Amino acid sequence: MEIVYVLAIGVLAGCGTWLLLRPRTFQVLLGLNLLSYATNIFIFGMGRLALHKAPVIDASNSIDPASYADPVPQALVLTAIVIGFATTALYLVVLLALRGLTGTDHVDGKEPGA
Amino acid sequence: MSFILQHLLVLPVVMPLVTAAAMIFVPEARRAARVTLALTSTFVQLLIAIALLYLTSDAAPFIWPEGVGVYAVGNWQAPFGIVLVVDRLSAVMLTLSSTVSLATVVYAVARWDRPGQPFHSLFQLLTMGLNGAFLTGDLFNLFVFFEVLLAASYGLVLRGVGADRVRTGMHYIAVNLTASFLFLIGVALIYGVAGTLNMADLAGRVAALSASDRTLFDAGAAILGVAFLVKAGSWPLNFWLPDAYSVALAPVAAAFSMMTKVGLYAVLRVGTILQEDETLAAALFYLGLATLIPATIAMLAAKHLARLVSFSLLASMGILLAAFGLRIEALTGPVIFYMIVSVLTTSAFFMLTGMTDRTRITDPPVMAEEIVPPPRPIYVAYGIRTPTPYGTDEEVGIAIPAATAFLGLMFVCCVLLVAGLPPMSAFVAKFALLATALRAAPAGEVPAETWTLCVAILVSGLAGLIALSRVGMRLFWSVAARTTPRLRVLEAAPVAALVLLCLALTVAADPVARYLDTAARSLHQPDTYVRAVLAARSADEREKDRR
Repeated sequence: MEIVYVLAIGVLAGCGTWLLLRPRTFQVLLGLNLLSYATNIFIFGMGRLALHKAPVIDASNSIDPASYADPVPQALVLTAIVIGFATTALYLVVLLALRGLTGTDHVDGKEPGA
Repeated sequence: MSFILQHLLVLPVVMPLVTAAAMIFVPEARRAARVTLALTSTFVQLLIAIALLYLTSDAAPFIWPEGVGVYAVGNWQAPFGIVLVVDRLSAVMLTLSSTVSLATVVYAVARWDRPGQPFHSLFQLLTMGLNGAFLTGDLFNLFVFFEVLLAASYGLVLRGVGADRVRTGMHYIAVNLTASFLFLIGVALIYGVAGTLNMADLAGRVAALSASDRTLFDAGAAILGVAFLVKAGSWPLNFWLPDAYSVALAPVAAAFSMMTKVGLYAVLRVGTILQEDETLAAALFYLGLATLIPATIAMLAAKHLARLVSFSLLASMGILLAAFGLRIEALTGPVIFYMIVSVLTTSAFFMLTGMTDRTRITDPPVMAEEIVPPPRPIYVAYGIRTPTPYGTDEEVGIAIPAATAFLGLMFVCCVLLVAGLPPMSAFVAKFALLATALRAAPAGEVPAETWTLCVAILVSGLAGLIALSRVGMRLFWSVAARTTPRLRVLEAAPVAALVLLCLALTVAADPVARYLDTAARSLHQPDTYVRAVLAARSADEREKDRR
């Protein structure tokens, strides 16, 4: 499972970085999105990968920390997802505004050589 | 009274949040109510910051004996819950940022807050992010507050119209969003290795890490450092900064001059608590120089005043980073002093830019061929007539309008501050910096690094003087194509207040420097901080103890 997980993070981050460096605004947006996925999965993985373990502690049974997943990274991921999502939405608005103002989707607001 | 004291620490975060939320219910049309809300909230924040400054000093040892105040949010104990911590450095940063915020809000009320989107609520959220970042004692919480202030700044940088603003705003968002991902990766790595995000708790656990874990931890800290340096505008990650800052509206840019210092504060705070490797600190020195030198050259090349000020901001960041990179503990105090002066200077200067922009009728010539030959009426500026070949004329003065005189005076003060000349406090700050750096070295063998920094600081001051004088001559002495601006007291007062504050710092340099030295000392001995945070008990338990 670990190797699949790691590869997924690597592929997402690699694609994200490549897209981030592209000249079109929409590519940059997708790049940021992929990078945020990679980051979120990475944070999740930092709580150690475990199968069939709940993060929320059931107080009615005896509490054995070994039978629960680490809840902190999951909480962190939730925060990170919300923040990343909101910022991406804002970026989308700015992207459209720039397209409307300049008539091109190049990140510099003008076509190269123009 | 004790209730207020107990919760004083959380107010700088809660207050702007509540204010911003309350503004949703105040319609745009009722401008007076919004302005009153914003002014009151910012002013109270300043008062709280000053109160914290007093409480953390030695003058009031009965409340926080070691000068560290801890607030457990939601009454959860330190390593598990999130804590807000105030020590001397936090209090200084808080006061500085509240001062700049108050000046900015007053300035913005004059005219800048009218068009379009809600200025004041975004600005309150910005101050909330700033205050929170200075107070938090938790790495992930630091991320959250960074995001709060960034989200607000995205809205603020896009204020106003024009493709330029949207374009630079987009670059700004993309760069800072990427930096935020790096921040998250660093935080996650540190959590994965050390198992905690509380800074005080981390300090104890770092030492106990095994060698292989330590490598991972250092990698996480380095990634975190990169994220901080992006916010701090360090080379080579700062190309977005001059564009975004020089295009943003004047009050927005003025408030942003504080934002770069948040990155620096984070480097300082996290760096000293985690006791980072010598190599990482040494890298700061070279990064600082690499920021300072291009910024100095760019200052000479800049044609627009706002760009020039942005580059002077970068140059001051370079000085600060390089000075920290020297790894001289005694230098931290003077460096913080210089940072205070530089923040006040840049924000005053950005506000001034907003006013001098109004003196020109057309855009200044940018291309060489557009530059008109220097106008003859240059004599007029000196108050003398064009000299006639024969005889002496009777002295005839020309009336300099009060607004131009004021702008000129403020401009000269700001130039003196950027260049670091007396009688302004930048001189004292730079002098203390150089003197301490040279004194710290063993006699006769000052290391090459120190010399390099000294020369770079002095040269950048000179370059700033030359560049700004040139712009100043064009702004104030060439009479052609300029009008006398109309200024409002609301705009002029904050600039004058900030400049006067800089002057006051010269007079009060001794007590301020002494306070900052104690702040620096406690920063370099994180034991007190760590002990205070981990020993802080929740209110309930204290209650139990009493019974």
